[in-house]
Amino acid sequence: MINGSKMICEALKLEGVEVVFGYPGGAALNIYDELYKQNDFKHVLVRHEQGAAHAADGYARASGKVGVAIVTSGPGFTNTLTGVATAYADSIPMVLISAQVANSLIGTDAFQEIDAVGMSRPCVKHSYLVKTIEELPRVLKEAFFIARSGRPGPVHIDIPKDITATKGEFKYPSEINIKTYKPTYKGNPRQIKRLANAILESKKPLLYLGGGCISSNASNEIRYFIEKTKIPAVCTLMGLGVLEHDNPYNLRMAGMHGSYRANMAMSECDLLISVGARFDDRITGKTSEFAKLAKIAHIDIDPSSISKIIKADFPIVGDIKNVMSDLNNEVGNNLDFSEWHEILNRHENLYPTFTYQDSDEVLKPQWVINECAKITPNANVITDVGQHQMWVAQFFKFNEPRRLSTSGGLGTMGYSIPAALGVAFAKNNEVVLNFAGDGSFLMNIQELMTLTASNKKVINIILNNSYLGMVRQWQTRFYNERYSETNLEDVQPDYEMLAKSFGCDAYRVKSKDEFIKAYHECLKSPRTCVIDVVISRFEDVLPMVPAGAAIYNMILPQNLIAKDNK
Amino acid sequence: MKRALSIIVSNEHGVLSRVVGLFSGRGYNIDSLTVAPTMNNEFSRINITTSGDDAAFEQITKQLHKLIPTYKVLEGCEFVERECALVRIGINENLAGLDSLLKSFNGSIAHSNDETITICVNDTSDRIDNFLKTMKKFNPIDYARSGSLLMEVK
Ligand SMILES: Cc1ncc(C[n+]2csc(CCOP(=O)(O)OP(=O)(O)O)c2C)c(N)n1
Repeated sequence: MINGSKMICEALKLEGVEVVFGYPGGAALNIYDELYKQNDFKHVLVRHEQGAAHAADGYARASGKVGVAIVTSGPGFTNTLTGVATAYADSIPMVLISAQVANSLIGTDAFQEIDAVGMSRPCVKHSYLVKTIEELPRVLKEAFFIARSGRPGPVHIDIPKDITATKGEFKYPSEINIKTYKPTYKGNPRQIKRLANAILESKKPLLYLGGGCISSNASNEIRYFIEKTKIPAVCTLMGLGVLEHDNPYNLRMAGMHGSYRANMAMSECDLLISVGARFDDRITGKTSEFAKLAKIAHIDIDPSSISKIIKADFPIVGDIKNVMSDLNNEVGNNLDFSEWHEILNRHENLYPTFTYQDSDEVLKPQWVINECAKITPNANVITDVGQHQMWVAQFFKFNEPRRLSTSGGLGTMGYSIPAALGVAFAKNNEVVLNFAGDGSFLMNIQELMTLTASNKKVINIILNNSYLGMVRQWQTRFYNERYSETNLEDVQPDYEMLAKSFGCDAYRVKSKDEFIKAYHECLKSPRTCVIDVVISRFEDVLPMVPAGAAIYNMILPQNLIAKDNK
Repeated sequence: MKRALSIIVSNEHGVLSRVVGLFSGRGYNIDSLTVAPTMNNEFSRINITTSGDDAAFEQITKQLHKLIPTYKVLEGCEFVERECALVRIGINENLAGLDSLLKSFNGSIAHSNDETITICVNDTSDRIDNFLKTMKKFNPIDYARSGSLLMEVK
């Protein structure tokens, strides 16, 4: 017989958990007492519970395992919600354990009582309130099973304090059988055959790769499919890295800040094969104009995602890795899409993918990102949310899946420092590189302390334009330059001093030479580093599709438009 | 457009709020709701009637499928529908014609005392609407409706 707290530790050990991120409190005291006594996994004390959820998320994205966070009841739990919602939006496997007031106090408005399960419900894959010690082992097992199977996602377990002290028999189930939950892993062979035939008949097929390709570790199957068929591919923000950056069939990112070629490919293709992507509005733009000429194939493990936004002609429910390898067996070798490639090349010649006007007077963010990609091509990259996120997506060269962690679905500012912490735990001794804006860097800056305290090294690059840049960009273009509450000039902390006070190495740079020198010093340092990079204030992310417009209606960079007019 | 759906879910706590949350989260109104365990005690049947546009409804049904405790979502099939209504009227009203009305709606008197009588009818939701309209002439004091009970015809 062991108590509930010990059961939690045992379960985490049996699940192969290496690290949990958390923060203690009254209702969690019993759990923390057990954590103290064990050596099976590490507990990392974050400095804010939102950080615990983002760190678990970053760990999960980089490692492909389930991220775990433990927090106390009431405010401890509510602080995690943004992080849980972030993981939910991007289908990241996570188990969040929150302590709850004792069963006898539930419903009495007791100190630090909140209806945690009620609050997490809309932003988790599933949730549990544990009422008896007997059900605890099963609930823990189910939580990990649900988090990582099917379409992954966060699972929340709320455990009352008395349960963490009550003793019971610990029998960890070896298998889970939930009658109502049976994800479909194998694609329907008939539908796969139909799709293979449709590929034969099509003249302009296009793959559209999303985050699901990464969750299902299907990169090899997809790369092989492309090698075999020579079908070009665009990707979403979440799909970056599924293909090598320089793969000749990689048309790169599509959507609101996608390339001209990628968006025209979407608009002109006759067969669009969506693989683990969900037709987010940031990709489709105006849906009635989206891929109008194309038959749509939609491959996804989540049946509710199919035909949700765009009606699928070839719906295939299944694990992408399985479906793509079946499709590889079905599809023939003798395909010729050279005319299609020529059309795409013409688009590329007209408006080349992701260019910018460099300058020697002022640092350009794109240059900084390019330079980092040159010096550390294998870095694990994390971004926060804003212009810098889109520039990283456009300019960093991702060659492998799980090299980029970014909040795509929810777009959560404050994500990057704690997520980088999680990535640093998943990728020991590798370069971990965080790009943030000056606004977002301040949103969870306290986690620099966690990085220092855990002896973890992250190189943080603040692309500092003294604006909430992405919002400023919209104000410039659509609100007549009324910069309502986005100007941060003269109202910023001294990031260098602030970072130093957290025990980090810190630099503020204004020129290319200064940047390169500082970056090399960071690479040498054993500590977490911060480089505050002063960049051009009014740089915009281009191309840009105005919200609600068709994706072929792009605002293109000035220099490209000039070239066109020549 | 009026819609009916019946959801078979695991019989566990919190499941009803998960289901209802999908409707409220989209600002979609539930007109009526009934829940009870099924023949197999492991499962419950949640019956919902609602009205609204196709796109939102399609989304809701997909999301219902996605809930972990959901076993089956039945919609767009042929249902037998029954709803129960209780109507209380004063004993001093002119009750002429009540008998034949009760007969044609399968109704009965569920309760009576020296001040009121309470009538119970059991029929489709639409017919109960009609019944309640007709009952107006007896100046009902109050009525209560159960919400639709649904079962697919197979
Ligand atoms: C928590 C949160 N609040 C607000 C927003 C809206 N938002 C999106 S981008 C952005 C500006 C980001 O500014 P900064 O971090 O300086 O990055 P930049 O765009 O300048 O690169 C804001 C406020 C958000 N995404 N998340």
